[in-house]
Amino acid sequence: MSQDVPARASHVGLARATLGGLRTARGAAGRTLLATGAIALGVALGFAVALINHTAVAEFAAGLATLSGDADLTVQGGRTGFAEALYPTLSRDPAIAVASPVLQLDATLPGRDRTLPLVGLDVLRAAAVTPALVGVGEDRFDTLRPDAVFLSAAASAWLGVSRGGTIDVQSGLGLVTLRVAGSVPADPGAVVGVMDIAGLQDAFDRVGRLTRIDLRLRPGFDVAATSARLAGTLPPGIAAVAPAASLESTARLTRAYRVNLDVLALVALFTGALLVYSTQSLAVQRRQAPFALMRSLGLTRGSLVRMIVGEGAVLGIVGSGAGLLAGYAIAAVATRWFGVDLGAGFFRGRVPGVVMDAPAALLFGTAGIVAAMAGSYGPARAAAAMAPAAALKSGVPALSPGTHPALGIAAFALGVALIPLPPVRGLPLFGYASIALLLIGTLQGLPALATLLLGWVPAPRSPPAALALAQLRHTPAQVRLCLAAIVAAVSLMSAMTVMVASFRGSLDTWLGQVLPADLYVRAGGGGDTAFLAPDTRRAIAALEGVERAEFVRATALALEPDAPRVALLARDIDPGAPERRLPLVGAQVAARTGGAPPAWISESVADRRGWRTGQAIILPIEERMIPFTVAGIWRDYARQQGAIVIERTVYAAMTGDARVTDAALWLRAGASRDHVRRAVEALAGADRVELATPGELRELSLRIFDRTFAVTYALEAVAVLIGLSGLSSAFGAQVLARRREFGVLRHLGATKRQIGAMLAVEGLALAALGVLVGMLLGFVIALILVHVVNRQSFHWSMDLIVPFGPLAALAAALVGLATLTAWLAGRRAMTDDAVRAVKDDW
Amino acid sequence: MIELAGVRKTFGRASRAVVLDQLALAVPAGEFLAVRGESGIGKSTLLNLIAGLERPDAGRVVVDGVSLSELDDDALTRLRRERIGFVFQAFHVLPYLTVAQNVALPLALLGRRDATAHERVVSMLVAVGLRERAASLPRELSGGELQRVAIARALAHRPVIVLADEPTGNLDPRSAAQVIDLLRNAVREAGATAVLVTHSPTAAAAADRVLELTERGLVPA
Repeated sequence: MSQDVPARASHVGLARATLGGLRTARGAAGRTLLATGAIALGVALGFAVALINHTAVAEFAAGLATLSGDADLTVQGGRTGFAEALYPTLSRDPAIAVASPVLQLDATLPGRDRTLPLVGLDVLRAAAVTPALVGVGEDRFDTLRPDAVFLSAAASAWLGVSRGGTIDVQSGLGLVTLRVAGSVPADPGAVVGVMDIAGLQDAFDRVGRLTRIDLRLRPGFDVAATSARLAGTLPPGIAAVAPAASLESTARLTRAYRVNLDVLALVALFTGALLVYSTQSLAVQRRQAPFALMRSLGLTRGSLVRMIVGEGAVLGIVGSGAGLLAGYAIAAVATRWFGVDLGAGFFRGRVPGVVMDAPAALLFGTAGIVAAMAGSYGPARAAAAMAPAAALKSGVPALSPGTHPALGIAAFALGVALIPLPPVRGLPLFGYASIALLLIGTLQGLPALATLLLGWVPAPRSPPAALALAQLRHTPAQVRLCLAAIVAAVSLMSAMTVMVASFRGSLDTWLGQVLPADLYVRAGGGGDTAFLAPDTRRAIAALEGVERAEFVRATALALEPDAPRVALLARDIDPGAPERRLPLVGAQVAARTGGAPPAWISESVADRRGWRTGQAIILPIEERMIPFTVAGIWRDYARQQGAIVIERTVYAAMTGDARVTDAALWLRAGASRDHVRRAVEALAGADRVELATPGELRELSLRIFDRTFAVTYALEAVAVLIGLSGLSSAFGAQVLARRREFGVLRHLGATKRQIGAMLAVEGLALAALGVLVGMLLGFVIALILVHVVNRQSFHWSMDLIVPFGPLAALAAALVGLATLTAWLAGRRAMTDDAVRAVKDDW
Repeated sequence: MIELAGVRKTFGRASRAVVLDQLALAVPAGEFLAVRGESGIGKSTLLNLIAGLERPDAGRVVVDGVSLSELDDDALTRLRRERIGFVFQAFHVLPYLTVAQNVALPLALLGRRDATAHERVVSMLVAVGLRERAASLPRELSGGELQRVAIARALAHRPVIVLADEPTGNLDPRSAAQVIDLLRNAVREAGATAVLVTHSPTAAAAADRVLELTERGLVPA
């Protein structure tokens, strides 16, 4: 019958058939639930990441609106700021209506693990630019008093103090007590304290320094043009940028994380689609006979395809709906527990509510539905390709999806060709595309690969094994159907295992290299106000039991106006042997006497700036352009935005700043570490410094690493579950289609055990094949993750470490589980009397 | 060679449909028996009972001197493997094995993979006229050729009994005639006993004896 049935009847039939399909799916509730869950997982992950980012940007925008107020431009530089002499110069500029000088410091609070942003303002100027930061109290002159601080509502709540109370802020190793004089009408979520700029400068040894000047332009002056004009007049390292640029720059901080998580979401959706593919294959296989009947009664191929894809859409709608709800919940929990930067430390001190992102909901919801529909399309096409007359006459054949080995080879080749390509706008897009193409190419090439690999297996003597092998060799397309999910799952799982092992191993090695001392000291918990003065530095070095002390002054530079700052570490280091302190990668050059002093740049700086060893560079330090020579490139897992190490003596000579923030102490032989620890605490104040042994720092770092990557282990477990379920569904579909074959074998004298053994051997061969191909592909993907994706995303190089033992154990467990899964699927499908399958008639 | 006495067979759990009742049959060694009957009357069930694939609810089935009721499933399978050959209406040639491998299947299940077994496969292929198609896959063969493969397979291990269930049901008259001639000659040359279930009077005419399976049991046709 070539014509379609009338439209109405067709629709009714389709609806009933679809419901029938879902009832069938309900029969395999576990598989359907898992397939729906896999789609939901992908949607949830993607949506949660989008929501968190949306919330972060919204929150940061609100915070920025408070801090920048009505400023058209903000003049800013490195972390140490710049001389306030720039302020009167700018004030006289004809384009500038109001210039508001600002000193902002991250204040160290003894006993607290977070810093408090303290903003010093000239209240008279700030009222015209950032009115939300002008303090409100009983005595309006408090805004000019040096000991008065005004706290935002969030800061008051965090510190547990309100008007009339006091807070202690660390300055060097001393304390400055500030009186809470009132509040600021800032964004209620912002944690901030505001005080008079002169008071802040005095209290924290920043006299004559600013970190920012907020500018309002006169009417008629263009912001961009003024910014460009000012760029030529400002000192090195200082730039006038629009506040929106800061917003973009801040959003860019988390972009690599977000994109990686988005890719993870896409991977989850892809595996979900594969699971839908195998689940639908089984469901379609079960309904081949009714489909054949419907086709012979007039249902067109197109209608059949639409019907089956429609079932996929129903699964997708349910999965996407659940995923969106779960994504919102994940975002709410994640922002509450880890902050909007998921613990990366970019946005401190804010605990916002989730801000709904409707376009993202639409995007990921649709992606989930499309993934489920795409997963259904293959089985739908295979069902539509079946010859209905033949199926009705001599039984339903196994679904046989089309194979395209040439397409597979082309995809694989293209994937390999993309590997060496550079990042696109700082993102490893070609790396991701390469992984996707390698995966698609391998899945497409699985039939040919299976034929090749199975061809090498010698002919077994056992009849069940010989039959199993012959069956697999004869049906390579169906081998792909069975193996698609398991190959994808195993490859992604093994790739993640190798990548995580490489990262962890490299981190462990790196920690050993960068923590050579016996004891480490940090002034306060970081921040801008805690430091060790020269006399304290000398006292620490002279402590009994201390053989050698090396010190670090940590600050940050603005290498580009709209880019995140780069850490500047001025430290004691021997320029003749920097490898004793820094994990150098690649060549190094010796500093020339009388030449530019050496600078050792981290891989992140090298990648982002394109700087190479031996290159002459200029660094903007303290409003001067200082020439350096790149003496080497080092590996740094601690500062993603990059770090530059220079000699501390050089820094002190250039800036006159002899203060340090960190110390590394080597103890004399036999000296007690606890004794030295107590001596440092006695000298500096126990709550003014943080002390840690290298072992404690290493343990803490690895614990944080393991916690961060714990989610990958969970995802790997889910991937294995998906792979096994896919194998079970697909194998079950194959067995179902072969019931007559088993009946014939029973007629010919094969025992049930022999048929069971045949299925077990098939399952074993399939599982071994899937795990082997998956592991090999996973290794290639791991190489890309380690050397391309991680390098281009985070600018970290790492050593490839293959955990052979765990991978072998994992492979053995997977083969065992997959064999068992296949055998059980076979047993389930054979519960009907196979003998009667040979001829249904009595 | 084959004896059935008082055999009763029902199907279904709730409404036990009685397919065969008080059935008796005796087939001497070397006889080629044809059984005819309406669809659903129980012809295939009769063959399955003889092969030990179904167990009677009552009565006795004796094959080659062995009472099937005394055998467990493994013993029944061994008996089937060693002494019985099957020919089906839909051929049921395994699609992933070559013609030669299909014919060799019963020998392989018996653990025979030696040169003698190979010679036996070749001789069977020669006997059914498919020597040149030994390496072909079933999808490359016509219906008549497939049924010849099935006949070669049914006789490859020299069974004492051949059971054929509508072997010409899927064939055109010319092929059907060729297949039934081949089956009869091959069975006779092997000295086997055969039970042929068929609707076809032409096929039945080739048998030594023809019985009709009715609700009253087996009666001469």
